[in-house]
Amino acid sequence: MTDNLQLNTEGKLKHFLTIEGLSKSLLTEILDTAESFAGMSEHQVKKVPLLRGKTIVNLFFENSTRTRTTFELAATRLSADVINMNIATSATSKGESLLDTIRNLEAMFVDMFVVRHALSGAAHFIAQQTASHISVINAGDGQHAHPTQAMLDMFTIRQLKPDFSSLRVAIIGDILHSRVARSEIQALNTLGAAEVRVIAPKTLLPAHVESLGVNVSHNLTEGLKDIDVVMMLRLQKERMSSALLPSESEYFKCFGLTEEKLKIAKPDAIVMHPGPINRGVEIDSKVADGPQSVILKQVSNGIAVRMAIMAMAMQTAPAPGRFSGIHTIPGDRHADSLSASGIHTIPGDKGVA
Amino acid sequence: MKIHINHGRIIDPANDIDRIGSVYIKGGKIVSVTDEPAGFKPDTVINAENQIVCPGFIDLSTRLRDMGHSRKATFKSEVRAAAAAGVTTLCLQPDTVPVIDTTAVVELIKELAEKADYPQIYVIGALTQKLEGTELSSMLSLKQAGCIAVGNANRPVKNLLILRRAMEYAASHDLLLMFRPNDFWLGNNGCAHEGVVATRYGLPSIPEAAETIALAQCLELAELTGCRVHFGQLSCKRSVIKIHQAKKYGLKVSADVSIHQLHLTENDMKPFDSAYHVLPPLRTEEDRQYLRRGLAVGTINSICSDHQPHDLDAKLGAFPETEPGMSSLENLLPLMLKLVTRHAITLKQGIACLSANPARVLRLNSGALTPGFSADVCIFDPELDWQINSENWKSQGVNTPFWGQTLKGRVTHTLQAGKIIHRL
Repeated sequence: MTDNLQLNTEGKLKHFLTIEGLSKSLLTEILDTAESFAGMSEHQVKKVPLLRGKTIVNLFFENSTRTRTTFELAATRLSADVINMNIATSATSKGESLLDTIRNLEAMFVDMFVVRHALSGAAHFIAQQTASHISVINAGDGQHAHPTQAMLDMFTIRQLKPDFSSLRVAIIGDILHSRVARSEIQALNTLGAAEVRVIAPKTLLPAHVESLGVNVSHNLTEGLKDIDVVMMLRLQKERMSSALLPSESEYFKCFGLTEEKLKIAKPDAIVMHPGPINRGVEIDSKVADGPQSVILKQVSNGIAVRMAIMAMAMQTAPAPGRFSGIHTIPGDRHADSLSASGIHTIPGDKGVA
Repeated sequence: MKIHINHGRIIDPANDIDRIGSVYIKGGKIVSVTDEPAGFKPDTVINAENQIVCPGFIDLSTRLRDMGHSRKATFKSEVRAAAAAGVTTLCLQPDTVPVIDTTAVVELIKELAEKADYPQIYVIGALTQKLEGTELSSMLSLKQAGCIAVGNANRPVKNLLILRRAMEYAASHDLLLMFRPNDFWLGNNGCAHEGVVATRYGLPSIPEAAETIALAQCLELAELTGCRVHFGQLSCKRSVIKIHQAKKYGLKVSADVSIHQLHLTENDMKPFDSAYHVLPPLRTEEDRQYLRRGLAVGTINSICSDHQPHDLDAKLGAFPETEPGMSSLENLLPLMLKLVTRHAITLKQGIACLSANPARVLRLNSGALTPGFSADVCIFDPELDWQINSENWKSQGVNTPFWGQTLKGRVTHTLQAGKIIHRL
């Protein structure tokens, strides 16, 4: 079951919904493109006009601060106009269906939806239903996929450990409910990682988890052996009160990452976490803030990777590597100040504000 | 009205008939399938050359919607679909809106059936009030009003004590319990089989154990209470094994399977395509093989459509929030014939699973071309290809994953109590 829905007739990225079905070369292209954006953040003018005149709607049916902010920053740095819609507290609670919300926004001539939704398959549904000129980026759907998170993690890994084929990666925590885990596993396997291991109690693992292409361990101390990359997952607080786990303290005792346990992994292992962190639940503060942690690097990289994906989906990405260093274009200061104020009219602009 | 059906290949499993011949109908009854009755002057002659003449189909699980759900379908639209499918008798599940838990609703349904000109609709009464699973319904009144069985559709009975009492009460009045085994808690609001596909797509999932545990509990209670039980819409291997063992042990139980479960598996699901959202969920290839085998050896004796027409909106959305169910009456014959061409069952078995066997489950004097029985007859062309499209499809619900496909085998005539209710 490949997902051709994501690619246009020329095989280029149209929507970004899941890692599944995307080739190694396409994932590498995303990483390479992100590379050319990565240096930009340190420049004084953090903007390029690649998506100038385009309107991007952040459609968040589920609350999120970090993901929405990095998507917003990525879009503004590409000079797009961004509308944030927090639908968790607006239209759908008034009985408007998902489809009606999409249709209404389409009527406002937008170019891209960045979608987060509590149900698996929501981004697919929107991509299938929406007008053909609109691109859909999945910012997390239910327990299914969070492909931009996976790509920013691949980007972070590649910066520090460029050879995927020698990597052993452990993903620890609530795999069952984690869209991040599913996308990470697919990305790592597509990029040819030597081993992906999941470590969790059975209650937090989906049925037939090995069919995703992973080895399984229920024991953190055994599971961390020979590991190069330790990926911690967030444990949702509400899971604690269900029958999935006995208690926070028992979970931390068994699966919490401490300095001591980290020593079992390779000495140069890096520690990742998609955030937000539950300190003292899945990870000890000393590890989260320690020298092996790359958690904040993940956050910064999120912007470059999302810029790359958005530009590629809109078919405006520069060829990988050809972009570094170019950050001001004559006349672009105009776009800069416009978006900063958020109020603007450009001739021909359909005007969403 | 006298009808003579001639030159057709008559297959009547209950009477062990398979030969070219004639069927004679008079006054709504079968008169003869052997010799021409003396002085028989037909008003209508149906030439069934190269076609198969068999008893009209009996569907053990159907939803016609209407009443509170008329946006999904109406009796009028769905009985046309039933007639086009060769179905002459059908059993209505009690989860209508309002629920079939009072005699007033039974009367209302009879009225709707009459208006739709399709009298042979049998009603399964609610086992518990409002199907809430907590208080027993007035089963005796429901039976007297015409309910042929009782059941709780896809809703849970709150605990085993209530189920025990309900079964004891049903047994006291010799009522059949039609039971779709599903443990609500183990089902955990899932929408797909707990297997590799649900894992890959992050879909809330339902393990086989949700079905098999509920099945095993109900089998124990059947023995304890003496209630007659028919298990509906089985979906997995271990259910087939359990029914097989129970029958061998001597319990008087029977079982059916939905037609789509005999063909589709989780692997057929297109990513997040709500047409495949059905309960019980599509399971594995091994389950499908066991269900077919169970049919071949008679462990499962009936095939039902589990017809659930939906409006478009019900299927538009993210997969988990869409409503489960397929519109499937009109697939019944071609998909049964596909089992025959794949050598899973014989044609005689397939017809029996749609007629004589469900009649036996319901203790009806039908499902056979026996002289004196109501003239419920299905005539079909087993070689006729037809496409599932808006031109050919009668049901108001177009929610079928087979949409657009070309299937082999089509009903040309349907007779209900001697009346031609469908002609191609």
